[in-house]
Amino acid sequence: MSNIILKASNLNKTFGAVTAASEINVDVAEGACIGLIGTNGAGKTTFVNMITGYLKPDTGSITFNGSDITDLPPRKITQLGICRSFQIPQLYNTMTTIENLEVSFGIIALQEMKGSLRTKSTDVIPSYGKNVKDLALESLEKYGLSAYKDQVTKILPGGVRKVLDIAMAMSTRPKILFLDEPTSGVSAEEKFDMMDMVMQVIRNAGTTVLFVEHDMEVVLRYAHRVLAFYEGKIIADNHPDIALKDERVLKYIVGHSQAQHVLAETSHA
Amino acid sequence: MRLDKSLIWMFAALCAILAVSPWLPQWILFIVTLAGANGLVVLGLMLFMRLGLVSFGQALFFCAGAYTTGMLSLLLKISDLFILMIASAIVSGLLAYLLGFLLAKYRAIFFGLLSLAFSMILYGVLVKSETLGSTDGFSISGLKLFGWMPEPTQMKIVLLGVTFLAVVVALLFVNMVLKSPRGLLLTAIRDNEIRAEYMGASARSTIHLIYVIAGILSGVGGSIAAMVSGHIDPNMTFWTSSGEFVFIAILGGIGSVIAPFVGALIFGVIQTVAYGYSPNTWQMTIGICLIIVILLLPDGLWSLVAKFRKKSNV
Repeated sequence: MSNIILKASNLNKTFGAVTAASEINVDVAEGACIGLIGTNGAGKTTFVNMITGYLKPDTGSITFNGSDITDLPPRKITQLGICRSFQIPQLYNTMTTIENLEVSFGIIALQEMKGSLRTKSTDVIPSYGKNVKDLALESLEKYGLSAYKDQVTKILPGGVRKVLDIAMAMSTRPKILFLDEPTSGVSAEEKFDMMDMVMQVIRNAGTTVLFVEHDMEVVLRYAHRVLAFYEGKIIADNHPDIALKDERVLKYIVGHSQAQHVLAETSHA
Repeated sequence: MRLDKSLIWMFAALCAILAVSPWLPQWILFIVTLAGANGLVVLGLMLFMRLGLVSFGQALFFCAGAYTTGMLSLLLKISDLFILMIASAIVSGLLAYLLGFLLAKYRAIFFGLLSLAFSMILYGVLVKSETLGSTDGFSISGLKLFGWMPEPTQMKIVLLGVTFLAVVVALLFVNMVLKSPRGLLLTAIRDNEIRAEYMGASARSTIHLIYVIAGILSGVGGSIAAMVSGHIDPNMTFWTSSGEFVFIAILGGIGSVIAPFVGALIFGVIQTVAYGYSPNTWQMTIGICLIIVILLLPDGLWSLVAKFRKKSNV
């Protein structure tokens, strides 16, 4: 059996009268690829926000590699090895694509060199064996962003912004990566090309991935397990083929006709 | 470390001014030395602006530096320029370190006004301190350089040299910080603090560090200003002093480490000329200049240099 690296136990979160998370229990095995599905407001992003430290659960605990991370701030959780991308890409908008990546690797350089004021972009980051500038260039190439190297990110196309957002998260070499709706805002023609490339890089890095997604074709293509959220609860936790046939998932999330269509499409593919 | 051309030009200009300083009128030496002192304070403000913050209370550290110099000279009879300057840097740095724990939690207008509040608290304390001359302040004299007490005219050149040395050290240091990954991180925090935190950076400790650096720079600036003018009073921490520093920062721009010094020199010239022609309404001239800069050059005078460079590259 695979090693459990993330364990969320009895997580509860309310915002006034709204229950965003209710008795959430999830174990995540190392190397897993998990799709998080549910309608808007079902609690998917709340779950991601609690794990990544943006929200503190009202009750419950989160352990990562055996350490309690429930009350840690996002930066500490990132330093431990959990990183995320965002539904709306969170970039440094006045900076260029390469500078966005240089900041990401620069933060690691500063951490590894204990924040020394003498740290330079040309200094080799010990655990990476390369300097900030070289790592940023390598990352541009790896994610197909070289053509946008010197463009200010504010004017980048939506799909490129998504990929850059993910590339920045991956620069921390996370053990677990959360992707929040990676294909939203990406055209239907581009979404599989983009996801194939991103998932390939993630798999090569051995990173465990949990992705929030509304597009069931994407879920079926990449996820090995599905967590279905409804009104703050997990109503199904299973292999995608089984989870998407679950009565409650069909009723509240996917809809019978869409499920039949998607399952038929993917079985033909 | 690679120096860009503008920094080399700046160092060359400082050497040239120092070389001709014996033949320059005293009032020019005064303006240039004071511009160096003010420029050091504004260099710190420039770092804040890179972070997306504006301090309306930087005069606190300027005044702390000046009073440290004055009190050490008056009470402990320490007269060496370098010792006084270093002591001022340490005291201002420590003060910034302590206040930074609180200030680094705040952003936007709250950061600006809280910094202003601390500077006005110091003003209140100094005004009530009769031993320190209350609103009149006190004078310092008998300064020495490694045991040598220059003539008053020589002292102005010595102070110019010491100021330029402090400016060069500050420029090299701040340039090193800005060229490092931390330099990019400042802009990243301004653009998207939440993302920077999610990448593992601590915005608060970065702001705290910059607060201390700016405090040290301001303390040295205050020490130099005290030695140049020979007088210290609570107005050094009054809100109008902080306002002047912000004015200089806007005038010069934040595009280069040199911009604060260019801004400070031009401010000194405008202030002197305006005061000469209209002693009672010189502030009006300053106000009009500020409006013109904001309307025509929102990125400060340095944006002209940047535009010129771009054109010559094309």
